[in-house]
Amino acid sequence: MIQAPDLPAWAALIVAILLLSGSTMTLVGSLGLIRLKTFYERVHAPTLGATVGVGSIVLASMVCFTALESRFVLHEILILAFLTLTTPVTLISLARAALYRDRTARDDEVPREHPMD
Amino acid sequence: MTAILLGIAITVAQITLGLALACAAFRFVRGPRAQDRILGLDAFYVNAMLLLLTFGIQTSRTVYFEAALVISLLGFVGTVALAKFLMRGEVIE
Repeated sequence: MIQAPDLPAWAALIVAILLLSGSTMTLVGSLGLIRLKTFYERVHAPTLGATVGVGSIVLASMVCFTALESRFVLHEILILAFLTLTTPVTLISLARAALYRDRTARDDEVPREHPMD
Repeated sequence: MTAILLGIAITVAQITLGLALACAAFRFVRGPRAQDRILGLDAFYVNAMLLLLTFGIQTSRTVYFEAALVISLLGFVGTVALAKFLMRGEVIE
């Protein structure tokens, strides 16, 4: 399905480069979900897609619509700002929940809350 | 010429994002524990939102942007609620 908007050449080049780099970064981050061994290593993997991937694809969309409508289209910044603010919160709460579950299950690989006891 | 190049780039980006969706879905289905499944779900909705943005670029419509915005809003609430459930549910057991 080859279908593309009718952009000027400079905008088409910028959009293509940003789209390819952003989707490649997202794929690398999602491959980390499969390749890494433990949960605490896997928590770090999707942050690559949530920062670099989202940033460059949102920038590509902004450049595309700015060139199409010949005015500044900035509302995609909403998605970028929201994801950059919320991704650390979700991953920290998820990691804290996993740590709590491992401690109550008396897993020896997880450090205890008071190591001096 | 540039339109064909841009079309190829958009299609390649969509295929790449589809592979990333498949990786996240693998972790979502086969996760050994509950927190792995929630992590896979979180990566899944971020990748689906990026795929919607590329569809928006391809068809040059703004409907896809609104769908992506709603997904990014509700996905955050869903993941935080599931993480809270992981902590509280263990207490009741």
